[in-house]
Amino acid sequence: MSNEELKNIILQITPDAELTEEGSEFLNATVKPDQLHFLAEKLRNDKNTLFDYLYCLTGVDWISNFQVVYHLESTVHNHRIVLKAKITDRENPSVDTVSDIWKTAEFHEREVYDLFGIKFNNHPDLRRILLEEDWKGYPLRKDYADEANIVEL
Amino acid sequence: MFTLLDENGKTDTKEFTETQEYFVNMGPQHPSTHGVLRLLLTLDGEIIRRVEPHIGYIHRSIEKMCEKDSYQQVVHLTDRMDYLSCHINNEAVCLCVEKGLQLEIPERVKYIRTIISELTRIASHQLWWGVMGMDLGAITSFLYGFRDREMITDIFEETCGARLTMNYNVPGGVMFDIHPNFRKRTKDFISHFKKKLPEYDELLTGNVIFEERTKGIGYLSKEDAISFGVTGPSARASGFACDIRKKIPYSAYDKVDFKEIVFTEGDSYTRYKARIAEMWESMHIIEQLIDNIPEGEFKAKTKAVIKLPPGEYYQRVETARGELGVFIISDNKKSPYRVKFRSPGFSNLFALDTMAKGCKIADLVAMMSTLDLVIPDIDR
Repeated sequence: MSNEELKNIILQITPDAELTEEGSEFLNATVKPDQLHFLAEKLRNDKNTLFDYLYCLTGVDWISNFQVVYHLESTVHNHRIVLKAKITDRENPSVDTVSDIWKTAEFHEREVYDLFGIKFNNHPDLRRILLEEDWKGYPLRKDYADEANIVEL
Repeated sequence: MFTLLDENGKTDTKEFTETQEYFVNMGPQHPSTHGVLRLLLTLDGEIIRRVEPHIGYIHRSIEKMCEKDSYQQVVHLTDRMDYLSCHINNEAVCLCVEKGLQLEIPERVKYIRTIISELTRIASHQLWWGVMGMDLGAITSFLYGFRDREMITDIFEETCGARLTMNYNVPGGVMFDIHPNFRKRTKDFISHFKKKLPEYDELLTGNVIFEERTKGIGYLSKEDAISFGVTGPSARASGFACDIRKKIPYSAYDKVDFKEIVFTEGDSYTRYKARIAEMWESMHIIEQLIDNIPEGEFKAKTKAVIKLPPGEYYQRVETARGELGVFIISDNKKSPYRVKFRSPGFSNLFALDTMAKGCKIADLVAMMSTLDLVIPDIDR
């Protein structure tokens, strides 16, 4: 399916999604965090899109907001798309989990929670995965300061 | 043993032993985890009810370090993830940077990279094969595997000076040209290993004990493989055709003819078979390229300070373990704004719970071997 057709499908599901192909090789769809799960589920289950393979899930700290980035592929139709949830609430960032749609998301989301402090609502087992449980702060945030462990070059 | 009274107060003749589930920590220091990995097992007798992997013991925060480093330095860090596919990891970052720079790299580089990638893949599978045998109690396979792997590391040493963490790739090409002996030694290795690989089959593949311990055990369905994001030979044994070399060819993979190894059984034995078959295919790829390496530069010219245009770049490659994704976000500075490594081991590991349910502890050891986990790749 071409990017144009994908655009139409996404706009039917979430009319206020921001779509762009600039600065990326994929079609990027940015939505509000409360729309993400709805859009993801539709794209996973629709016979025409069938995005059954979540090959990368990660977070980005843009200082003014957080982004959770989902790289999706359909193993049947062989097309790809990037979904982004833009989270503007820095104090208490959260987005709905997609671990009920793709099982791999459960662990990638734990990693994003661990390193960015983004909470995933309805996640079955949300706790730190790489760092110790009593670690303070979220290292991949841009404002993270750790004088003890990071040596400035 | 207990004797119970039934509802009417009469002695129940049924006797039973009270059982309850219990927990066992496998690792973090356990030989079969091949590194510092801790599995929290919930057991019912010897039957596994749940496997909960605890990771992060050797987390070095490579992604955070990348945000301070130049693009040339980022390449070196990736060696330390999956050290058995180090060349392929380096290649992934280089390809991603080259994609960002829209840099045309010489044909010679593509050929050299592909040949060394495939040699790396064979070396990784040889080590896996040796260790897999040892996990199941066969010492001989370990010696066989390392004997043949030695020839490959010698070739690497001659060309780039290092045997394991090679750092041979740089953005734009490779660090030095290949050694004059490279062609001959690679061909010698191929003709040597073609005779030796059937020995691997004789030793393990047809072995009754080996078959008993792996056939029909650790089943992973195709749906689960896709949903868990399992990739590499582990997923192709379940029928998930996920080979990036075929799907999105990079370097010189579009110039060679090779089969994507896909089986459908999805058990430990099939995952084993898939890797053996991959070694044959890798040799087949090298044979097609080794005599046709084009003349030319071994490196495209790049600036000393690389700055990628603002944007997001994603590069996928096929390492010996599966799909490695490199996601670079650039804001036009000399260091990336954000780098994410989607490592194959991380996703593969978490399918273990589904695979191991209902199996015995000894099967788990075999199952982990067939997943071919490298812990630094998981922890990053």
